[in-house]
Amino acid sequence: MTSDPFVFDLAHQTVRDLNAALHALPPGSNETLWRVENPRGLHAIAAGVDADAAIEIGGSVGYYCAGMNKRAAITVRGNAGVGVAENIMSGRVHIKGDTSQAAGATGCGGTLLIDGNASARCGISMKGVDIVVKGSVGHMSAFMAQAGTLTVLGDAGESLGDSIYEARLYVRGAVKSLGADCIEKEMRDEHRAQLFEKLSLAGLAGEVDVSEFRRYGSARTLYHFHIDNLGNY
Amino acid sequence: MTEKPAAPRTLPRHSATFDDYTLSEIRRAAATGIYDIRGGGAKRKVPHFDDLLFLGASISRYPLEGYREACGTNVVLGSRFAKKPIELKIPITIAGMSFGSLSANAKEALGRGASAMGTSTTTGDGGMTNEERGHSSLLVYQVLPSRYGMNPDDLRRADAIEVVVGQGAKPGGGGMLLGQKISERVAGMRTLPVGIDQRSACRHPDWTGPDDLEIKIEELREITDWQKPIYVKVGAARPYYDTALAVKSGADVVVIDGMQGGTAATQDVFIENVGIPTLPAVRQAVKALQDLGLHRKVQLIVSGGIRNGADVAKALALGADAVSIGTAALVAIGDNDPALEAEYQALGSTAGAYDDWQEGRDPAGITTQDPDLMARLDPVLAGRRLANYLAVLTLEAQTIARACGKSHVHNLEPEDLVALTIEAAAMAEVPLAGTNWIPGKNGGF
Ligand SMILES: Cc1cc2nc3c(=O)[nH]c(=O)nc-3n(C[C@H](O)[C@H](O)[C@H](O)COP(=O)(O)O)c2cc1C
Repeated sequence: MTSDPFVFDLAHQTVRDLNAALHALPPGSNETLWRVENPRGLHAIAAGVDADAAIEIGGSVGYYCAGMNKRAAITVRGNAGVGVAENIMSGRVHIKGDTSQAAGATGCGGTLLIDGNASARCGISMKGVDIVVKGSVGHMSAFMAQAGTLTVLGDAGESLGDSIYEARLYVRGAVKSLGADCIEKEMRDEHRAQLFEKLSLAGLAGEVDVSEFRRYGSARTLYHFHIDNLGNY
Repeated sequence: MTEKPAAPRTLPRHSATFDDYTLSEIRRAAATGIYDIRGGGAKRKVPHFDDLLFLGASISRYPLEGYREACGTNVVLGSRFAKKPIELKIPITIAGMSFGSLSANAKEALGRGASAMGTSTTTGDGGMTNEERGHSSLLVYQVLPSRYGMNPDDLRRADAIEVVVGQGAKPGGGGMLLGQKISERVAGMRTLPVGIDQRSACRHPDWTGPDDLEIKIEELREITDWQKPIYVKVGAARPYYDTALAVKSGADVVVIDGMQGGTAATQDVFIENVGIPTLPAVRQAVKALQDLGLHRKVQLIVSGGIRNGADVAKALALGADAVSIGTAALVAIGDNDPALEAEYQALGSTAGAYDDWQEGRDPAGITTQDPDLMARLDPVLAGRRLANYLAVLTLEAQTIARACGKSHVHNLEPEDLVALTIEAAAMAEVPLAGTNWIPGKNGGF
C-alpha cells in the first residue's frame, strides 16, 4: 500500500520543526513517506531519526544530514556536506550526488550509498557501517577504520586506510597510496562473496564484476606499540 | 713514622639538574627505548590555589553565622540554550573517566557517591555503561574524538552532553588504553580487537575548528531536540580564546581542565610539559566570559588539582560556577591507600606514588579490568566514602564563604582573595598579600 508522502517545505518551515516531527513519529506510524523540499544546504536535516520511515530530500544538504540515523531510509537528491550519515546506526542513506569530507564517519551499522564522489576522510573511524561509493574517495579515507566495509568503484586518494583496524576496504580503481599499517590483502572467496553482498545492498548486483576489485586491510603491526615501528608513528 | 692526614674532601654532591629521578628516567629510557606512560596528573609543583588566601570578614565586612545562616551551594548548568538545564545541589561534579580506564565497580561507586550528594558524574572515552547510567541520577555523556560506543540512544538518555576537545593532562593528545586493560567487554564497547594497545584519535573525525564545532553542536541539539545542556571541555592551553570560541560555537557550559588534571594513561613528558596550570586558566576563562557579557550565563566548570573545600572556594571566587574532580574522587574511594603498601611495593611503587594505572594491576580494584582485583572494591562502601568526601568539600567551601559574608558560594569574588607569591598574583590577578599590587596592573605598591 502506498500513501501520499508527508511533505515538508524548508523554504517555509524550519529544520527544527522537521526533526521534531520525525522524532515524534510513534512506532508503527502510517506516516512512513516523507518528502523534504528546498533543503538549500541546511545543516542537520533528518538527524537523529529512529523510525521506519522513507525520507526523500529534494536537493543538496549541508553538514550532518542523516546524522546518527536509525532504521530510516533517507535519499538526498543532490550533494551532501560534511559528515553525512555520521555515526549511522542502521537503515540506509543514499546520496545521489557527491559528498564532502567525513562521509559516514564513525558509522556503526546500516548502509551509506554515494552515487558520486566522496571527499577526504570518507569512512573515518567507521565502526561497522557499509559504505559504497560509485565514484572516487579523497585522501585519508577509512582513517582508523575499526569495522565495516568501504567499497569504492572509482579511485582512492592518498593514505587510504591509515592506522586501520579491522575494517575491510574494496577498491576497483587506483589507490594513490596506502596509509600506515594498511596493506593489500588477498581476495579470497569469502571476500568476493562479501563484496557481492555489499554491491547488492547498493543495487549493483551483477552490474560490476567483483574480480575487478582489490582488498585492503590492516597489517596489524601497529596493534602493539613497538619501538622498531617508530617510522610509522 | 706518622701518617700524613688525608687531604680534606668535599661531600659527594648530587646535581640539582640531574637529580635522582631524572637519572632514573634516563636509565629507564636507555633500557627500554620507549617513553614512560603513566596515569595521574602533573607531579611537578606549579602555582596553584595554595598560593591564594581568603581575607575573611573584618570591620568593613560582616560574616555569616556558621551552622545558622544559610549559605547556598546549588548550581544550574545549561540555562543558555538547553530546554532542560540540570541543577546540582553542590558545585562539585565528578569528571569524565572512562569505563575501561576504571573498573565497573569504580564507576558504580562514583555514581552512588555523586547521586547521594545530588551531583553529576560523567562518562568517558569508552561509552556509557548501564551500571553508571543506573547509579548516576545525573549523568553527563562525553562526545570524544574516538566516538567509542557513541550512539543516539545514549545521547538521549544522558542528562547533559560534553564535547571533549582536550584534557589538561594532555592538551592536543588523544586517549590511550593499553592492551592489558582491553578486556572483552571493553573491546566490545569500543568495537576493537581484545588485547590491542588502543590509541584514540586526538582530533574529532567530523569537524575541525570553531565554525564546524558550531554546526556539530547544532546537530547534537537537533538529535536531542534541544533538551540537553551541551558542555565543551578543553585542556588549559589558551583558555581565553578557547572559552570565547566554545561560547561562539554555542556551548551552554565551558569546562576548563588545568595541567595538573589527571589522566588514565599518557606519556609522562606530555603530562609534565604541555598546558598551563589551573590557576591562570580560571582567570582567563572568566575574563573571556566577562568580555562577552556572558559570565554566569554560560557556566564555567574548572578542574585540575581540586583537593579540598578551599580549592573549591578559590575556584568559585575567581569566577567558576562549579569544579570537577577526578584524582581526588579516586583517592576518596580507595586509590593509593597506605593500607595496600605491601602490594604497591610489590609493583615497584609506594602508596601515594602509584601511577601505573595503564597496567591494569591496581590493588585497590579501581584502575583495572581484572575481575579479581575489581571485586576488591565494594561499590556501596566506596560510594559512601565519596559522598562523605563531597560533603566535606562542600562544608569547607561554605565555611569560607560564610567567613567572607556570603550567603551563596557563588557570591565569593576575587576581592576576597590575596596571593602569597608574585607568580600567583600575576596569574590569578589578585593582589600580593599586604599590598595592592597585581603584577602588570595598577603599577607599584
Ligand atoms: C583515570 C582517569 C580517566 C580519565 N578519563 C577521561 C576521559 O575519558 N575523558 C576526559 O575528558 N577526561 C578524562 N580524564 C580527566 C578528567 O576528566 C579530569 O579532567 C581530571 O581528572 C581533573 O583533574 P584532577 O584529576 O586533578 O581532579 C580522566 C582522568 C582520570 C584520572
